[in-house]
Amino acid sequence: MLAKRIIPCLDVDRGRVVKGTNFVDLVDAGDPIEQAKYYTAEGADELVFLDITASSDNRATMLDVVRRTAEEVFIPFTIGGGIRTTADMREMLRSGADKIAINTAAVSTPELVSEGADRFGVQCIVVAVDAKQIAPGQWRVFVNGGRTSTPLDVIEWVQMVESLGAGEILLTSMDRDGTKDGYDVELLRRVASAVRIPVIASGGAGTLEHLYAALHDGHADAVLAASIFHFRRHTIAEAKDYLRSKHIIMRH
Amino acid sequence: MIGIIDYHLNNLRSVQKAFEKVGAESFISDQPEALAGADKLVLPGVGAFGKAMDNLRTLGLDAVIRRSVGEGKPLLGICLGMQLLFTRSDEGGSFDGFDFIRGEIKQFPSTVKVPHIGWNQIDIRRDAPLLRAVTDHSFVYFVHSYYAVPEEDVALCTTDYALPFTSVVQKENISGIQFHPEKSQTTGLRMLANFAGVGDRHAVIGAL
Repeated sequence: MLAKRIIPCLDVDRGRVVKGTNFVDLVDAGDPIEQAKYYTAEGADELVFLDITASSDNRATMLDVVRRTAEEVFIPFTIGGGIRTTADMREMLRSGADKIAINTAAVSTPELVSEGADRFGVQCIVVAVDAKQIAPGQWRVFVNGGRTSTPLDVIEWVQMVESLGAGEILLTSMDRDGTKDGYDVELLRRVASAVRIPVIASGGAGTLEHLYAALHDGHADAVLAASIFHFRRHTIAEAKDYLRSKHIIMRH
Repeated sequence: MIGIIDYHLNNLRSVQKAFEKVGAESFISDQPEALAGADKLVLPGVGAFGKAMDNLRTLGLDAVIRRSVGEGKPLLGICLGMQLLFTRSDEGGSFDGFDFIRGEIKQFPSTVKVPHIGWNQIDIRRDAPLLRAVTDHSFVYFVHSYYAVPEEDVALCTTDYALPFTSVVQKENISGIQFHPEKSQTTGLRMLANFAGVGDRHAVIGAL
């Protein structure tokens, strides 16, 4: 049986792991490769590195993180942040990344999704969607790290990127991100039923029950979480034991 | 020495790093002459079937693969690389593969999410050196939208996703792994060590 996945997310700023609360107020939380190895040993199913600096002069630093991770970590990892062209994608993939997450660039240049999928395969292309609720049952797509609103409806957008060739959706609730109040289960359920590609839940994990709610009630295929694991409130092994006790299939 | 075939589509670095981790020497090349000198060949792969075969032909690599297989050298296809070992694929049209193993590549039915992404289990159907020290029902990492339907009795493992599909194959000196051993932690590294013939490194891998 296909297992549900637990994916720690490492926000990387100039080569260091940090975690923001609602995208601001950053706290330094360590070396990315050391953290990646630690999480892998703990049972993480995948890793996501989000390059939150994402300036072009930072590119070399991030490529170095990717190369060093690929030498030490033998589970899949995704790189996001500042990827704007298929050349950027190719560079990251050749350095050892398995998948590329694109967010702002997908909105400004939707062809990037189809070109990336054509060139590297749909499995490489994760479209990250920052969603903010604007009315009951209605969410809008935001870009630029959540700073800029777009006219795009989240449901229409995820269906569009699926048709363009996205392999997965990384769905972040901006309303919940950093709050530890739980994932936006309603949003997850809507998106998961609107597309056939896997959906990764992000934003709001504070307890193990939240992980369960996203996977079971929200029909997410994977949960992305940062602070719940970074600050050792729970280990990944604890999370998996808990979810297994609730009959969620987990890799052992 | 293991030659990893670079046909300009794939993430080769991870495969090479995984061999390095288990203590096997490998090199990456897109040069037919260099690859002809390898003792074993690995055909990794991510991307589209038709484009992959095109690139292999354009680079003159299909000939060296056929010749090496004919000489009895071990060949391991990974993910798309395994699919290329078969007769034909219906991915984005109809494309011919190497036809080392008779069979077709088909898309998963619409009753399940496609791509099949994530950790799923292998059910061992037949034991083989490639599976030495590999536990039945181990979880391994898959990413694919198409699966192989062999017309020969070559399945070493199957995996359930919508249907039981073939996840590891072997026919004489040709083997194929549908998942990503280089991304499947201990289980995957063990299989690469087995292919490389450095199975005595299993203690090291177990400590990962």
